[in-house]
Amino acid sequence: MANIIVLVKQVPDTNARIVLSGERVDLSAVKKVMSPYDEFAVETALQHREASGGEVTAITVGAAGADKVLKDAKAIGVDHIVRIDCDDNLDSNALQSMLASVVSSLEADVVYCGKSAADTGAGSTGPGLAERLGWASVSNTISVAFGDQLSVITPSSGGNARVNVPLPAVISCDKGDIKVRKPNVKGIMQAKRAQVDVQSVEVPASTISIVTHSMPPAKPAGKSYEGGAAAAEVAQLLRDEANVI
Amino acid sequence: MTETVVIAEIVKGAVHPTTAELITAANALGSQPVVVVPCADASLADGAAKFTGVAGILAAKSDVFSDYDAAGWAAALDAVTPAGIIITSASPQSKDLAARLAARRGISVVQDVVKIESGNLTSPIYSGKAMQTVSLSGNAVVSVRPNVFDASGNDGSANVSVVDTSGDVATAVQEFMARASNRLDVAEANIIISGGRGMGNPENFSHLEAIADTLGAAVGASRAAVDTWDEIPHSMQVGQTGKTVNPNLYIAVGISGAIQHLAGMRSSKYIVAINKDADAPIFQHADYGIVATWEEALPILQSTLSAMMA
Ligand SMILES: Cc1cc2nc3c(=O)[nH]c(=O)nc-3n(C[C@H](O)[C@H](O)[C@H](O)COP(=O)(O)OP(=O)(O)OC[C@H]3O[C@@H](n4cnc5c(N)ncnc54)[C@H](O)[C@@H]3O)c2cc1C
Repeated sequence: MANIIVLVKQVPDTNARIVLSGERVDLSAVKKVMSPYDEFAVETALQHREASGGEVTAITVGAAGADKVLKDAKAIGVDHIVRIDCDDNLDSNALQSMLASVVSSLEADVVYCGKSAADTGAGSTGPGLAERLGWASVSNTISVAFGDQLSVITPSSGGNARVNVPLPAVISCDKGDIKVRKPNVKGIMQAKRAQVDVQSVEVPASTISIVTHSMPPAKPAGKSYEGGAAAAEVAQLLRDEANVI
Repeated sequence: MTETVVIAEIVKGAVHPTTAELITAANALGSQPVVVVPCADASLADGAAKFTGVAGILAAKSDVFSDYDAAGWAAALDAVTPAGIIITSASPQSKDLAARLAARRGISVVQDVVKIESGNLTSPIYSGKAMQTVSLSGNAVVSVRPNVFDASGNDGSANVSVVDTSGDVATAVQEFMARASNRLDVAEANIIISGGRGMGNPENFSHLEAIADTLGAAVGASRAAVDTWDEIPHSMQVGQTGKTVNPNLYIAVGISGAIQHLAGMRSSKYIVAINKDADAPIFQHADYGIVATWEEALPILQSTLSAMMA
């Protein structure tokens, strides 16, 4: 029986247009979804439960609006849903401290999360949480096999490596070859009724503050050509103008 | 003055040239960094002695550094790395290490930095659809995107000191599975040529492979290509749910330029697009856009490049 945790995060839909209002991004009109890599983490957590028995708890950090991502996880099949209540913009130290205190209190065997969240793209949470807990971790896994230890596949210079990971451990999941299951009607009904366990934990002060958000610098218009013959000129320019070959 | 430390980027048992860019990033924060070189054999650190703009080179020597294990590396580096702002590369492995190191020191981490100005750090957010600039109060670990900062000079002769260190390794590598071809992975390559659904069928990727071999490049793919053809593995996918790449040169062939593909490659230094549809969104991001079918353009590209490289 394994006590399995999966971390999920609500992010803007990857198709969404991001706009600024003043010096901050304005997400008020943007549809929010589960971060794509978290879907692989949820799937892996459910497969772990099927292999070894046990229960899966999905955790997110955020304000009440983030309950939706927990309900989505519940609809796919997790057993318990926990929101660590927090309104602020946290830096990695504050976020991981909160997660570490809740994960320790749940006495988990393993934590799965996405390799990075689609909003920050940072990928810090998995390894940072593992360090705080004193656990093993592997990031960017493309396959996980379950046993007393985990056997994971992760990219390594020149190919992939199969790595044995003792439990407890934190695994940050890349896409890999698994197909994620979709919620069914029963799951969606259960998710509607499910109660979110809201927890409050102490937050250390953040030492990283956002100064401004901005749009990416506009790229100067490039050169454009009609017809394949131009490939010869472009090749020359790559050498003589861009100096990249 | 802010103290800075650079963790040298190690690829295939050697100090990677991107380390010189990390030194420039440290200089932009106002100081000459100590460059810490994780190594099993201290002679590896000699590869960093030529960089200019550094306070010194510290070879951190331990068997831990033979294979990558996040816990072991973080412990062994933490033990010998001086206090300060720690700078690593934003390669997948080093981002993992950066997060571990920061957590170990109870400080925060700022990943994927592409600009440093007046002590403030800027990184792409929302897959590059916006930028976020942050300020630090106190120390942090900072990962810096490759191919963004200029390299520091390499005619120096810094002093190398060696210190033994150790850490508990948590994981154990069972086996390495080398890629079938010895072509580079997209995550490692400085030049990438990628194909999309417009390639028509997976056999046509051989045209991309030929050019890749001429240039020493990696071959990438769009998700449509990966999802449509079994022969194109997910490890080649560039984008939101594939790999994020920052090569010097990215050549997109038969790829429309969907926002999720752009997410993975828009910060490439130079982008070439070959697409038969003049309205394809990829052209808005291309430094050199060729409106043509690949059937028409690739043979000419191949023969010109072969002649140039000969
Ligand atoms: C959550 C999510 C995550 C995603 N993640 C990714 C990701 O990681 N990476 C990714 O790439 N996509 C991703 N996508 C998919 C993305 O939205 C696009 O569907 C995909 O990028 C399209 O691939 P494509 O450009 O190869 O195909 P298409 O959009 O079909 O474009 C094919 C292009 O080829 C051109 N063409 C056709 N024939 C020729 C010819 N003979 N010569 C030259 N040009 C030709 C056409 O003009 C067209 O522009 C994701 C989508 C979602 C919803």
